[in-house]
Amino acid sequence: MTGGHLVLDQVGKVYGTGTGTGTVVAVEDCSLEITPGELHVILGPSGCGKSTLLNAVAGFTAITSGSVELDGRRLCGPELPMASPGADRVVVFQDSTLFPWRTVTENLAYGPEVQGRQRRRAARETALERLAAAGLSDIADRYPGELSTGMQRRAEILRALCNEPAVLLLDEPFRGMDALSRAAMHEALLETHARSGVTVLFITHDVEEAVFLGTHVSVMTTRPGRIKTTITVDLPRPRSLDIVTEPHFRSLVGEVSEAVRAEARRAFEAGEKEMVG
Amino acid sequence: MTTTLSRPPVPVTAPVSPARQSRGRRRLTSALPLALLGFSLVIGTWYLTVDVLALPRFRALPGPSEVVKEWVATDPAYGTSLFTPEYYDHILASVRRVAIAFLLALGLGVPLGIALGWSKRFREYGFPVFELIRPIPILAWVPLAILMFEGSESPVVFLTFLAAFYAVTLNAMLGVESIDPSLVRAARCLGAGPWSVVRTVVIPGALPSLFTGLQIAMGVAWFSLVAGEMIAGRFGLGYLVNSSYTTTRYPTIVIAMLTLGIVGYASSALIRAVGNRLMSYRARGAS
Repeated sequence: MTGGHLVLDQVGKVYGTGTGTGTVVAVEDCSLEITPGELHVILGPSGCGKSTLLNAVAGFTAITSGSVELDGRRLCGPELPMASPGADRVVVFQDSTLFPWRTVTENLAYGPEVQGRQRRRAARETALERLAAAGLSDIADRYPGELSTGMQRRAEILRALCNEPAVLLLDEPFRGMDALSRAAMHEALLETHARSGVTVLFITHDVEEAVFLGTHVSVMTTRPGRIKTTITVDLPRPRSLDIVTEPHFRSLVGEVSEAVRAEARRAFEAGEKEMVG
Repeated sequence: MTTTLSRPPVPVTAPVSPARQSRGRRRLTSALPLALLGFSLVIGTWYLTVDVLALPRFRALPGPSEVVKEWVATDPAYGTSLFTPEYYDHILASVRRVAIAFLLALGLGVPLGIALGWSKRFREYGFPVFELIRPIPILAWVPLAILMFEGSESPVVFLTFLAAFYAVTLNAMLGVESIDPSLVRAARCLGAGPWSVVRTVVIPGALPSLFTGLQIAMGVAWFSLVAGEMIAGRFGLGYLVNSSYTTTRYPTIVIAMLTLGIVGYASSALIRAVGNRLMSYRARGAS
């Protein structure tokens, strides 16, 4: 897996331009550099525009200023406001998008098959290998509807990795899961990240999740959304769940909380809904 | 799926939930005696009203014993039974017409329905026309069908096709509209081009609704077939019903009616079986 150098340069996103019914600046002057292999967390309260950033990278939403580059290639900018979606930037959302009519193996093989990168048989063999490496051989022939939410998430992240993406985009993938499942998912994600070395952009509003997972945590301000500060998480890797009680972890959580708290309060008082699109 | 004002009442029944199907299968052993009880109640009522009590409105009808006797007679009094080749010629003629009409409806209705559901532009062109033609009752097409097609065979097939075609097209379209947009986005994200999306997401995603449509289509196909055969046919079960009436062979009417029931049920069961096979994931995923 190569590449994964993602550069956001003064990205801005204004909703409602041209209609004359008032505009909303969702994201403004947002600059961020993510180097290969990072697990970079963007942390912010609901509605701060963090999903807008991710969608701009994925190619699901157009930006109104600035530019995004991946490994030196311009994804979007003034001349092309909307990036085209591609298998080099696979997104995993909160809700499962596994194809219900395909088994887990067939879901994992989907990308390579449909891109014509691998023949059906080879793609399925690779998928089986990946499942085995993640200790998930048991679910290879199951349909998504037969799996727990956690299993679905893990399968979906593996499906994304089957495309050998330059960057994996995770938009609050563990939101709505119970605490115990989340903890298990966090360990699984860290393990997957260590094994694959893929660059990850991870969006969340949960401070502990951010500090536990991230190599870097960028805190976003609310409306307009900007990167307020980026904190390097100098906790050792591989991390286990024991770490969450250690003083250094707690002090990092405190530091990040402080940065995000003011923003959360502003967002709360503004009482605005999260922007979509 | 967005609801618009122009949406007409749609003849769609909710697909049977997989959980219910599997539960039904398990219950089959206990369901059989109950089903037999239902049959015997209906046949008993028939026997009582016609043969035993001979109530005023029912006196002229053939009773169950007469019908069954005629049905299994090697030398039937009215000319049609299980042992006359003519009986099978009628069945074959009807089945053949339904099969041709149904396959035509499938071949034309599925691509049209998918196009209507998938392409907004296409829907804007096509759907208003489709919706204007659809409410025209099939029987109103009879004169045009006879004018358009020669002989007695093609008009009947055309009428049968038309009824099935509406159901297939409409449900294929609704099936496409019901697909979760996030699946399409995921497919694009995983590197699928437009045609791959249609092949790997749109078609499998529309299947449940499509098969509901096929069930409905098969039902209305038999309905229109019999109507067509009664008016324009020279053979077939619908023709047998009508001609038996005009020649006062009353038991034969009931034999033809019951045969229609059996053949109709078998054709629906066939579609259900194919559907369950293609969508086995639904039965497994819902547990």
